[in-house]
Amino acid sequence: MPETAAAAAPKKFSLQQYKTEVHVDWCPGCGDFGILSSIQQALFQLQIPPYKIAMISGIGCSGKTAHYVDTYGLHTLHGRALPVATGAKLANNQLTVVAVGGDGDGYGIGAGYFLNSGRRNLDMTYIVFNNGVYGLTKGQASPTLAKGLKTKSMPEASIQEGINPIAVALGAGYTWIGRGYALDVKSLVSLIVQAINHKGTSFLDVFQTCPVYNDLRTKEWYAGEDIGRTRIRRLEADPTWNPVVSDPLSIDEIVEKKTRALHASYETGDNLAVGVFYSIELPTYDDQLATKMPALKEHPLVDLPLYQRDVQPLFDELA
Amino acid sequence: MPTELSRREFSWVLGGPQGGGINASAEIYAKALTRGGLHVFANIEFHSNIMGKHSYYRVTAAPIPVRSHVDDIHMLVALDQESLFGDAAERKHYPSHTGHVHQVAPGGSIIYDADLKIDPAQFGRDDINLYPIPFFEVLEEALKQVGKGGQSRKYIVMRNTVALGASIGISGYDEELMFEAIRNEFKGRKAEAAEMNVEAVRAAAAYARSHFSVRPERRLAPVPVEQRKNRMLIKGFQAVGIAKLRAGLGLQTYYPISPATDESVYLEAKGPQYQCTVVQCEDEIASINMAIGAAHMGVRAATSTAGPGFALMSEGFGFAAITEAPGPVVFLWQRGGPSTGLPTRTEQADLQFALHPAHGDFPHIVVAPGDIEESFSDSFESFNWADRYQMPVVVLLEKFLASSLFSSEPIDMSKLKIDRGQIYQPADADGDGYRRHAITADGVSPRTLPGMPGGIFSTTSDEHDPEGHITEGVENRIAMMRKRMAKLQTAAREIPATSKFTLHGPRQADLTLVAWGATKGAILDAMSELEADGRSVNFLQIRLMRPFPSDAVAAILRGAPLTVLIENNYSAQLGALISEQTGVVLDHHVLKYDGRPFSRNEIVEGVRAALSEQRKEVMVSHA
Repeated sequence: MPETAAAAAPKKFSLQQYKTEVHVDWCPGCGDFGILSSIQQALFQLQIPPYKIAMISGIGCSGKTAHYVDTYGLHTLHGRALPVATGAKLANNQLTVVAVGGDGDGYGIGAGYFLNSGRRNLDMTYIVFNNGVYGLTKGQASPTLAKGLKTKSMPEASIQEGINPIAVALGAGYTWIGRGYALDVKSLVSLIVQAINHKGTSFLDVFQTCPVYNDLRTKEWYAGEDIGRTRIRRLEADPTWNPVVSDPLSIDEIVEKKTRALHASYETGDNLAVGVFYSIELPTYDDQLATKMPALKEHPLVDLPLYQRDVQPLFDELA
Repeated sequence: MPTELSRREFSWVLGGPQGGGINASAEIYAKALTRGGLHVFANIEFHSNIMGKHSYYRVTAAPIPVRSHVDDIHMLVALDQESLFGDAAERKHYPSHTGHVHQVAPGGSIIYDADLKIDPAQFGRDDINLYPIPFFEVLEEALKQVGKGGQSRKYIVMRNTVALGASIGISGYDEELMFEAIRNEFKGRKAEAAEMNVEAVRAAAAYARSHFSVRPERRLAPVPVEQRKNRMLIKGFQAVGIAKLRAGLGLQTYYPISPATDESVYLEAKGPQYQCTVVQCEDEIASINMAIGAAHMGVRAATSTAGPGFALMSEGFGFAAITEAPGPVVFLWQRGGPSTGLPTRTEQADLQFALHPAHGDFPHIVVAPGDIEESFSDSFESFNWADRYQMPVVVLLEKFLASSLFSSEPIDMSKLKIDRGQIYQPADADGDGYRRHAITADGVSPRTLPGMPGGIFSTTSDEHDPEGHITEGVENRIAMMRKRMAKLQTAAREIPATSKFTLHGPRQADLTLVAWGATKGAILDAMSELEADGRSVNFLQIRLMRPFPSDAVAAILRGAPLTVLIENNYSAQLGALISEQTGVVLDHHVLKYDGRPFSRNEIVEGVRAALSEQRKEVMVSHA
């Protein structure tokens, strides 16, 4: 739904209804505040009833997000938010399921689920708080920290390459891929709204600052104070940028759009692309299950009369 | 001393290369016997290999109940040389088996392919009957009858059917029952194959009758028509799968692993018609966490695995416990461990693992059924327990149970009722005041179903307050630990004794056997043989491992003058649990850890050796 139209409609649920009263224990100036606020504003804009939302988080600072959004919330295990979210969506396909986690959570310990959730394409959203460090354990390098970098709590510089999550997501098969910046809340709200509206698994990587442990990728660095211009490059500022695959059956178009997205994802240094990298509409896992089990089109699994089923035909097959 | 069962049973083994169709043939044979009113128990042994290695299927049948196999083979049907003499010829070092000829009972018979051109002297036995049958020649003859002469190479797999026909001809069983079984197997589009196979049986039986005048003493006859009961042939994985559908399973997750996969694949095949979703996951960590996610949303969820997969589920298990998820139910099909171990063989070595599946102190339930009926009822009740006590449940099963075939009368489902536990009814849509982890006397906090207005909750793998938010406060921690653990006492109080243990036989006996799981059949069948030694015998079978029925078990064992523990593992894991829970140390242990199930003889001889030689521990392995 277009942002402006949604904003104009009368609101049944107030922004406050998406916020809990739980004390937020992130450090002052943490980029997570921007992401939390963006999630709450996006849900408010979309006017999804809070009881129709499940926020599923991993472990780490980002994992606490589930406690701060007043919806059904499961704060799970390190790296396992996606499988839990998958189970939740399979159980109730009428819920809006949003999984959140950090970069260590998603691209390190949870890498297998990051890959395979892309293959599955359930209708849900995955937001990664990407700050390059493991904050809660005091600043070790995360999988996205580039080779040669040494944050202040690392004894030595990293000798491993940082992974490119956008490139991995393109390969894994995510049907909506975006990147935002935690301190640009307006754009981030718009990206989250688009991600949730996308039918299929949407993946949103968010550059996030950790003012305590990542002294390299700071607010000032992203703002480009040292080079006199912002390092954030908005994809949509390029009039030729069109990430949407218009014909999902056209392999040529898919390859062309993915190649362009891949190219943009490898821009580093002083140009960091944010925006929608890639979008395609493909049958979701939910749709395919509903084809096999038509009752799922009308009702979520949790509401189906599954109990005391007549299993006599199965015994008869064995007679 | 022979018992009625040992006099009347017939033990038939079909051996051949893996991938050669012996399963299908042996199961048709088992069906023909079941249709003739016989009780049937059949078990299979195979390698972790797709094609070529030795496998064998043993069908034990009797006109009276039989739940176990014996060492003796009354009729051996060998499709290849290896089934006769083992693989020492190919594997000079550490041959994996020595064939089955030495297991054939005196007076027993061997049917084999005459084309193998084996010198009868090679068998080294003058007390058995040899029936060399030219499989190809007979197959060719049969194919001619159905207008497919000259095509025996194309239908090579049908030499198995020739072997079945020869078995029928020599043992004197009713051919018509075999035809029925074949026609039942090959229906519809496969009807043509049915007639070809029928013809192969007919030709082989005729060949056997006309070429051999000597008949083995032990015969196999159907029971009189009026006494035949309508029994199905069911394997453990099917009983579990059907029970789960009956119980309302909504989501099954799994990662392929022997010997658990059969159950999930069965549910994949049958699930859609019952609106049951089955997801093949990327690993077992995903499997358990998906199931936990679904359980928290209110769907009955399960995952099936074996030891190596359960090892990966450890973390998720603790997560389910601390967040008080109503499940999942984990079906743990044990195989030989440790590590990859013996992927396709049986063992009971995961009991202590199932009891301690994750770090920290938390409540969970472990139940270990011993046969088809218990597999059905325990699988069903596990979902009630998961919902009622909001904790993960392990159903501990064995490869032996998964793949063995039992003739079974209809399962009585009348007592199995759905119990979804306490669901919170919000007073208003705001749901203010709802506490997902409210402190209650019995430890159980009513849950809501996400999607429900007024039911919003938060929960976390961190220690949390009643509202499900993180706290490290001391008083809360103590209250939460007590609340969660109290559920275990609640479960112990409410789960009926009939689900916890069974004392088979007299209340008091000279000798008490103690065991769990799928050794049940062999022990029950062995009891009359042990009684013949002059001692009265009873058998304490433990099913509920956690919460453990300590008082009842202690009372029984303290009153027992002589106890023998029987387990399919190295370290007597139930014995350790009993000692831990009751202080009782059992007198003798009969253990088996060769990856194969106990035969009835191994039970009898193991117990006798322990008692007569006064040995604390006896290891048996007749394989």
